[in-house]
Amino acid sequence: MLEQSLPAIVVDGVSKTFALPHERVHTLKEKALHPFRRTTHETLHALRDVSFAVAPGEFFGIVGRNGSGKSTLLKCLAGIYATDAGRIYVQGRMSTFIELGVGFNPDLPARENVMINATMLGLTTREAKRRFDRIIDFAELHDFVDLKLKNYSSGMLVRLAFSVMIQVDAEILLIDEVLAVGDAAFQQKCFEEFQRIRRSGATVLLVTHDMGATQRFCDRAMLLEHGRQAEIGEPERVGMRYMQLNFDAEARAEEEAEAAGAEAGSVESGAEAPTEQQELRVGDRRAEILESWFEDAHGKRATVIVSGAPCTFRTRVRFNERLEDPLFGVNLHNSDDVHVWGANNLYEAKAGIFEAGEEIVFEVAFCNVLAPDRYFASPAVANAGAGMAWHDQRSRLAALMVTGTQQTGGLVDLPFQFTIGRSGAAAAEAEQRVP
Amino acid sequence: MSAPGVDLELLGPPIKGPSALGSDPARFWRLTWALATTDFRLRFFGSALGYLWQLMRPLMLFGVIYAVFSQLGLDGDVKYYGVALLTGIVLFSFLSEATSGAVHSLSNRENLVRKIEFPRLAVPMATVLTALFNLVLNLVPVFVFLLAAGGRPRWTWLELPLLVIALALLVLGLSTLLSVLYVRYRDVEPIWDVVLQVCFYASPIFYTASIVREEVGETALRLILCNPFAALIQQTRHAVIDPSHESAASAMGGAEWLLVPAGLIVLVVVIGYRVFDRAAPRIAEDL
Repeated sequence: MLEQSLPAIVVDGVSKTFALPHERVHTLKEKALHPFRRTTHETLHALRDVSFAVAPGEFFGIVGRNGSGKSTLLKCLAGIYATDAGRIYVQGRMSTFIELGVGFNPDLPARENVMINATMLGLTTREAKRRFDRIIDFAELHDFVDLKLKNYSSGMLVRLAFSVMIQVDAEILLIDEVLAVGDAAFQQKCFEEFQRIRRSGATVLLVTHDMGATQRFCDRAMLLEHGRQAEIGEPERVGMRYMQLNFDAEARAEEEAEAAGAEAGSVESGAEAPTEQQELRVGDRRAEILESWFEDAHGKRATVIVSGAPCTFRTRVRFNERLEDPLFGVNLHNSDDVHVWGANNLYEAKAGIFEAGEEIVFEVAFCNVLAPDRYFASPAVANAGAGMAWHDQRSRLAALMVTGTQQTGGLVDLPFQFTIGRSGAAAAEAEQRVP
Repeated sequence: MSAPGVDLELLGPPIKGPSALGSDPARFWRLTWALATTDFRLRFFGSALGYLWQLMRPLMLFGVIYAVFSQLGLDGDVKYYGVALLTGIVLFSFLSEATSGAVHSLSNRENLVRKIEFPRLAVPMATVLTALFNLVLNLVPVFVFLLAAGGRPRWTWLELPLLVIALALLVLGLSTLLSVLYVRYRDVEPIWDVVLQVCFYASPIFYTASIVREEVGETALRLILCNPFAALIQQTRHAVIDPSHESAASAMGGAEWLLVPAGLIVLVVVIGYRVFDRAAPRIAEDL
């Protein structure tokens, strides 16, 4: 009983660094000529003090962006890399699937490749022979058993490799993004197989980019960022963090690119043409829009907001002249430049009178039902009178990234309730009510 | 920081990282065998003349050298010079094939080393094993030639397996050393090619011990036979071909001299294993 409550995998403070030499000594000759020359190198911290435990029978996801250290962690667990610090405890027979079809040889027929691959993955020859039929059954390749692998299509190869993999029957499986392969029908079969593995009580560690797969299969998940544990727990929560990290990085990259582009543009075009930024601003400037931003539910400025959360848009305005009952508003466009939504105080109470030099902030609070996408806010201040003249209108002044794990494909994600009523049951109920 | 809520004491020893031999000897042997037999089979696959092609290389070399040397009358007055020459060539083929194959064995098997948990030593060892299969095949014509030339089976033929094992150990030691050096230093390959060339001429392959003694002298012969490979060839000729070929001991001038080549074999094996074992945990990263 005691053994059963022990975790299947315990990772205790594991760190891993790689030395990236600046100029690597590649030859004995160089080494002989300069025996004492020290080569300088950079240290890459692939993993920093990572600790977690996985219970037996748990389906545990490890997610992270490229270069976050997730594959390194898997390789440390698999015993492919030696760790620099920390310890890893594993209870039970473990199999690693970092790549499908390790040891496959194109010049040998499928039959022999299956045997070789199964041996590599830890089966004895006898076990491999016994499972051969099941492997071929699952891959649906009966007619091609004696065909050389070089004549296989890539889809057939993947099927064969996956079939060997799932027949290994390890107690602990380490799997690295092998799901994104094969045709749709086979993928469905793989998913079913994963559900079966899960039900059979095996412990599975899945390393992936794909939050969908994580949420579909995993009991718990961990997010790695720059080799550190950024989040661990519910797949939904981890998925949310992951999206946020992704979009943050994307937004940063885009800003940098824009900044670089603006600089380059100003150098090239010189003083001839007005920059795009100037063109996008219209108005007589009797009032000036100084800045706009979004705030999250806690009142903190945010560029990324989760779909479904409350959200506020604020704009700071300075009046250069005395204005009476001006109109404030904002329009929201999505990444396809579709006008998604607009808000203003046209139908609200009159704004009142603002003196020259006065600074105000107007805010639009809303529940963010927008679908995950990138949005741009264009605030404006206008004369509410018959002329409807712009005092100031600035296009795309603030950007907002909306994240979410569901993709409905629509413009908005409205909260909804889903109910299914069986007509048969309803009829039966109705009948009962009759007497 | 430690894992939450787990008493590490209960978990037994932590896993070890990658190593030369791995933790399961049976698995080590299975993998070595699988790699070696696959390689061996691939060589013969799809070609009906596979075995003949395999024999062709040593036989061609043999043909050329034999033609030249018997024409020039350099074959001395040894009995069965042709068979002695072929024996030398076949043994040298084994040494050369195994070691030069082992040099880039680890980088050729990169996907095994980097993608699954794999005992590292199995890789060069499989190369040696494949070459050993080929050696066994190549020894067949040696016996055919010997019997055709008038040689008769003798009890000393039983020495041959022991000599082959000693040679295989030497080759294994060299192979492990070379394979792991190549991961760090890429010029190991051309350097080893040159060393092999030197070894070919410095060993009694196309010449015999008696010619060295007559033409150069006793000390030169002793020096040549300090090379374990040369000593093994000499002893193989004595045991397999004809007693008129001196035994390694008598050619060196006393059995105590055999300690030098024997010691060198042990040294190569020990150094090869030590160097490999130390580098094993990092091979996957350095490749």
